[in-house]
Amino acid sequence: MGISALVMLGIGLGAAAILAVAARVFYVKVDPRITATEDALPGANCGGCGYAGCASCAEAIVAGKAPVDACIAGGPEVAIQVAAIMGTEIGVAEPRTANHFCTGGDRAERKFHYEGALDCRALFDLHGGDLRCKVGCFGLATCVRACPFDAIVMGPEGYPEVSAEKCTGCGTCERVCPTKVIQVFKLSDRLMHFNNDHECLPPCRQLCPAQIDIPSYIDLATKGQYAEAVDVIKERNPLPLICGRVCPAPCEAGCRRVAIGDEPVHHNYIKRFVADWEMHHPQAPPVISPETGKTVAVIGGGPCGLSAAYYLRRLGHRPVIFDAKPALGGMARYGIPEYRLPKKTLDFEIDEILDLGVEVRCNQQMGRDFTIADLESEFDATLLAMGAWDNSSLRCEGEDLDGVWKGTEFLQKRELGIKVDLSGKRVVVVGGGNTAMDACRSSLRMGAGEVTLLYRRTRKEMPANQVEIDAAEHEGVKYHLLAAPKRLIGDEKGKLTQIEYIKMELGEPDASGRRRPVAIEGSNTLMDVDVVIAAIGQRPLKDWYTKDLEERGLKLTRWNTIEADEKTLQSDVPHIFTAGDLWSGPALLIDAIGTGRRVARSIQRFLLGLDLGFPEGTFVGPQKLAVSNLVPVLGVGPRVRVSQPELQVADRIKNFEEVDLVVSPESMRDEALRCMRCGTLCYFNDEQRDAHLSGRPLRKKVGELLQNSPTLR
Amino acid sequence: MNHTMELVIGAIFINNILLAKFLGNCPFLGVSKKMETAVGMAGAVVFVLTLAGMITWLVEHYLLAPFGIEYIRTMAFILIIATLVQFVELFLRKSIPALYQALGIFLPLITTNCAVLGVAIINIQEGYDLFDAIVFSAASAAGFGLALVLFAGIRERFETIRVPKQIEGTGIGLVTAGLLALSFFAFKGMI
Repeated sequence: MGISALVMLGIGLGAAAILAVAARVFYVKVDPRITATEDALPGANCGGCGYAGCASCAEAIVAGKAPVDACIAGGPEVAIQVAAIMGTEIGVAEPRTANHFCTGGDRAERKFHYEGALDCRALFDLHGGDLRCKVGCFGLATCVRACPFDAIVMGPEGYPEVSAEKCTGCGTCERVCPTKVIQVFKLSDRLMHFNNDHECLPPCRQLCPAQIDIPSYIDLATKGQYAEAVDVIKERNPLPLICGRVCPAPCEAGCRRVAIGDEPVHHNYIKRFVADWEMHHPQAPPVISPETGKTVAVIGGGPCGLSAAYYLRRLGHRPVIFDAKPALGGMARYGIPEYRLPKKTLDFEIDEILDLGVEVRCNQQMGRDFTIADLESEFDATLLAMGAWDNSSLRCEGEDLDGVWKGTEFLQKRELGIKVDLSGKRVVVVGGGNTAMDACRSSLRMGAGEVTLLYRRTRKEMPANQVEIDAAEHEGVKYHLLAAPKRLIGDEKGKLTQIEYIKMELGEPDASGRRRPVAIEGSNTLMDVDVVIAAIGQRPLKDWYTKDLEERGLKLTRWNTIEADEKTLQSDVPHIFTAGDLWSGPALLIDAIGTGRRVARSIQRFLLGLDLGFPEGTFVGPQKLAVSNLVPVLGVGPRVRVSQPELQVADRIKNFEEVDLVVSPESMRDEALRCMRCGTLCYFNDEQRDAHLSGRPLRKKVGELLQNSPTLR
Repeated sequence: MNHTMELVIGAIFINNILLAKFLGNCPFLGVSKKMETAVGMAGAVVFVLTLAGMITWLVEHYLLAPFGIEYIRTMAFILIIATLVQFVELFLRKSIPALYQALGIFLPLITTNCAVLGVAIINIQEGYDLFDAIVFSAASAAGFGLALVLFAGIRERFETIRVPKQIEGTGIGLVTAGLLALSFFAFKGMI
């Protein structure tokens, strides 16, 4: 007995001694950050992060293999602690949640056979299944069963729905989903996603400068989910009220309706309808990422600046908008007349953005009220988005006469409260763009006796929106096409009395693809006139470009735009970014909104110290893909486009009431149902459609789909 | 040579430590959900079991037997195996970091693996000499690994089939383990 106790004691002591020596001899210096991180982690060893226990997770974080917010159980608080240990930005500690965010990329091949399998992955292994895209979801609820937190349920339409409260972002659903339809991502990933060439992009989405997910919001609008539709739009465009009214909709050019000999779907009716609905049915403000403590100066409160500020704010930064004018909105306020875009509507949209926590400093002009050095001392980055406000000159004699006005200067007078009396006067507007149209229609509303438009090409070449050209004509504007001003003649007091113009004819196409107008010698004609409004193009002003900016290395092009990286919009000064018209030259409102989001992404990455580059295959702007399949669809014929209600001409030309009215819910739905759902049916293959048309029995889900799809019925 | 072959085949197939002797069921059910962890665990077990088989044999024959205190064998072996595992962990971490990374967290888990203790005791009970004890330990560990990897392969498939709610997870796991054991029963006629 005694000896056994002694032996056990001996073995015990021996073991202890060996371990003590081994611990000394085999001591490995551990990065103190690993220990600190391990202490910060909850120690639950739940494995939710994908590593075997908290210790290995801590090691992975310190080795840079896992993000600082890898811990699922700990949530944002732990992520912030870990970020502090690692010395990185807390901004990356955004919560992650699962969601559908189908871009159509990197997914299943476009073939499918239903083999009776009961699991998405089994089905995927058998090549496909009854896939319908929003989605690309097989609808067999594998993610529902896999979710350890019961956060996913199958919705009424057979697609999984994630409960935001229950979801911890653990990623189990993403791991089991074979088509990666359900994904775990951060808000910023979603907001800052740009189209990629491997994605299933419907043609309208390819052409939209802001890359709005058009089929999705149309789909939601048909189902009556207006608030959700607005959310979808606002992920790409925070100004749907404005765009729903004035956007010329370049997206419509790609609409597949055109391929079957029909008119394109009128996206703006739908966008405006849902946006107007939201204005009258206030929704909860959108989700904002945790505060990053970073501040950004946004110079210029136009569509671009507002768009950038909106996204920067949603990413958790603190943008401050500076604007030289007394109110925000830029060209949307001072360039677009009241009858097209009521200021009340504009104010609502701007207030919605400001309510997120965006600070505004109006009547502050760059170079006059503050300098770049002031900005550098207060802000982490600067965005220059002051637009293009300088009017091009008519380049003819007599331009400084009393009565010769510039387009944008004339248009902003009303908003600035400057009285303009045009009653009974003869007005000539020179130009063919939207500014010219706005000048014509505004002059009429200010009482002008006669408004004539001089344009040196034909109606077909006018860059203005077609609806504007038509509306101006309906209201009584006289079109003097193929005519260019030659000379402006005044009386002895310097007051404009006559305009001399010359007739033109169209010659060879020029660089812009439009036929170059050539003057017909000797065709000079005189016309009596009281006011000439020159609206022949704009370019950025240069008054803000002071010496200190030049010394920092900021360069301007010969068109007064800022020189910056084509994709990231970062200027030669790393902390100065640019976007909108100040970068591109005069362009559409939706272009400014699109570049605003793009520059927000660059600033976000700059502030977090990440690489500014885009993933391979990214399209930063509109890009028509050659592979788009726009063949007519069997069984789908033309459907009449819904027409927009508008005020009668007699009721509208004496005032600035909004002309175009919102469509009724029924008309909106009719129009939305004209959408052929390109890209939302990318897995709906020919075999299935042929089976349907020849009356053969269909596989279950596709059959249901056809039953419920008015466009394919 | 023939005897050694018999020992190896017997340990791997016929008297499989997991499926015939039902030792080491905890890791068998615990780490068999993913093939990756199953392989890691199998590797760690082979490593530790072989070492433990050798050391416990030495302790038995040069410490316990001379004093005639074989009755404290179980206690002594537990202590020795625990120390051994800790030692191996420290050693690997310093000297062979790559192997440490691969076996990682499985090493501490083996401390409480009854398969290790079981094999060490069988070595003594069967009266193996040192060489046989090492061969038997290694072969038993290989058998453990084989069963674990097979089982993990089957369990991975469970994720893609519909299992009745009542027997999801461990329930179906145990049923499968039983069936697997039955199928190993067929090896009985080999020797």
